[in-house]
Amino acid sequence: MSRHVRSRTASWPRRIGHVALLLFALAFLLAFLVAPLATVFAEAFREGLAPYLAAIRQPEARSAIGLTLLVAAIAVPLNVVFGVAAAWAMTRFEFRGKTLLGALIDLPFSVSPVISGLVYVLLFGSHGWFGPWLDAHDVKVIYAVPGLVLATIFITLPFVARELIPLMEAQGSEEEEAARVLGASGWQMFFRVTLPNIRWALLYGVLLCNARAMGEFGAVSVVSGHIRGLTTTMPLEVEMRYNEYDYVGAFAVASLLALLALLTLAVKTLLEWRYGDEIAAHAPGGH
Amino acid sequence: MTLELSHLNRRFAEYQALDDVSLDIAPGEFLALLGPSGSGKTTLLRILAGLDYPDTGSVLKDGKDFLATTARERNIGMVFQHYALFRHLTVLENIAFGLRVRPWRKRPSRAVIRERVERLLKRVQLDDHARRYPSQLSGGQRQRVALARALAVEPDILLLDEPFGALDAQVRVTLRRWLRELHEELGLTTVFVTHDQEEALELADRVAVMNNGRVEQVGSPEVIYQQPATPFVCEFIGKVNRFTVRRNGSALAAGGWMPQDDPWQGKYTEAVAYVRPEQLRLAVPTSQPAWETRLRHIYLAGSVAHLELHVGSLDQTLEADVASEDLSRLGLHPGMEMRVAPRGAVLFPRNDQGVTINHERWIWHARSPVPA
Repeated sequence: MSRHVRSRTASWPRRIGHVALLLFALAFLLAFLVAPLATVFAEAFREGLAPYLAAIRQPEARSAIGLTLLVAAIAVPLNVVFGVAAAWAMTRFEFRGKTLLGALIDLPFSVSPVISGLVYVLLFGSHGWFGPWLDAHDVKVIYAVPGLVLATIFITLPFVARELIPLMEAQGSEEEEAARVLGASGWQMFFRVTLPNIRWALLYGVLLCNARAMGEFGAVSVVSGHIRGLTTTMPLEVEMRYNEYDYVGAFAVASLLALLALLTLAVKTLLEWRYGDEIAAHAPGGH
Repeated sequence: MTLELSHLNRRFAEYQALDDVSLDIAPGEFLALLGPSGSGKTTLLRILAGLDYPDTGSVLKDGKDFLATTARERNIGMVFQHYALFRHLTVLENIAFGLRVRPWRKRPSRAVIRERVERLLKRVQLDDHARRYPSQLSGGQRQRVALARALAVEPDILLLDEPFGALDAQVRVTLRRWLRELHEELGLTTVFVTHDQEEALELADRVAVMNNGRVEQVGSPEVIYQQPATPFVCEFIGKVNRFTVRRNGSALAAGGWMPQDDPWQGKYTEAVAYVRPEQLRLAVPTSQPAWETRLRHIYLAGSVAHLELHVGSLDQTLEADVASEDLSRLGLHPGMEMRVAPRGAVLFPRNDQGVTINHERWIWHARSPVPA
């Protein structure tokens, strides 16, 4: 309907302009997004299904998948708790250093992931600040799973908080105050009023946080030590296989990561489509 | 259930929201906190609700410390300015909220909750909207849901923050009357905050006028209107003409008019006088002191006509109200000359620094009862 109206009012040169712009955008997307993604799957299946399945059934691949899931399973919930707490503090209280907290939350976005990894090596590595103490107590952080988890938490820290802060700011605290006056305890207020109001933003944050947690390369690479079958996550496994000229293997694991990204996108789109009205109704102003 | 608020102070970073506020709230009364924005009225309400605390001062409920109890223990119903309905819950769930969050020992059974919510829905005339979400309701409907939600917990005190602020004029008047009836039916102690003086005077048993964190005057709407305690109350409530009265030799006078008396016995040389538009008497006989005025404009506002009168001797324009039907009876037309004098006035003396002495207020009435 709107297209019909537009085509009637727009003059010919303008219509050509519209079409040209559309084609350009489409070509750009194809060249820079769709083609690389397709390449991943094309390379992975180049030698057929059997080598593909064999590649992802190798114990190293399985351990990489397991480790990636484990790291995400620890980092994402922790960042959900932190993100909600930070967003709550930022939007419900006035305190000194609030701007500083906001800047700190954004820090992982602005620091290169490699540096994020190095920081943990400097702190917990054998020559780092806490290295000797950790060695003495036989606790391994760097080149072990705890280091991977720490680096991932650092990298994914802003995602949940950044999704929640603008929404909670816009929603204000009146509903929470109403709940208090009606006799709700702190937890009741949180679970019955706050959480339902932020659930979609929270879910977005979790999805983004999870995608990044599973896909992170730089920071994780620094603290991992690349011990095959022990401290290699999926992105690291992809790189190692590629460096070893195992293209099918590399792209097979990469395809799993890509699949994960597509799945995240699909869930997000599905949510928007299925609950679009509700999301709009909960958006600020749609009171 | 009596509430005694004494010497409350609350300071925010930039300003004093409450400045030594003391106030008693009697059981079952309908009290309005009236004042301009920033006068501290909402802060006072939030302190009663347990959403804010004073820096100093105390609130006693039947002699017991009210501030020591948390918001959830106070048994208060509150209607927020923008209603603060839970947007993810239906009307029914909103109203039931206060009952459902009770600790299980005090929580009524499902059937009782259901029955009470349905009764409230009927009372606020929303029985066929139970399954709707707040976003699907009009402003007036939301307001009624907010009220039903507050009443569901069977509160001791009902607090309303600008309850009609966001509604259009017609709905506002209807809801106002309805709220007043509801109050009389339930006999609930009700405190409501408003900046609309008409609303306060029409609804409340008592009005507390607030300004800059202080209570300027507490009294019945009649007292507030007829006997304002301070110049602020004079100017904030209703329309008013203000002019200066000076001592000229032995008598106080303003232009050609004089009150023919001096309760201060020459102590002050100057006073500020307030006269309401309906207290100006038109066509005063020459035997009595009055102002020579020229009628500049007539603004017809339905049943009342506002006259703009220029007083040459004061070099000031005063406003007088007459019933519209009197316009032709008195033969009023713009440009005509007329003798005008107050029938009553409120005067506050000024000291040498020009500061009004509020406790020396003088309510002046014309000596002989004057026919309108």
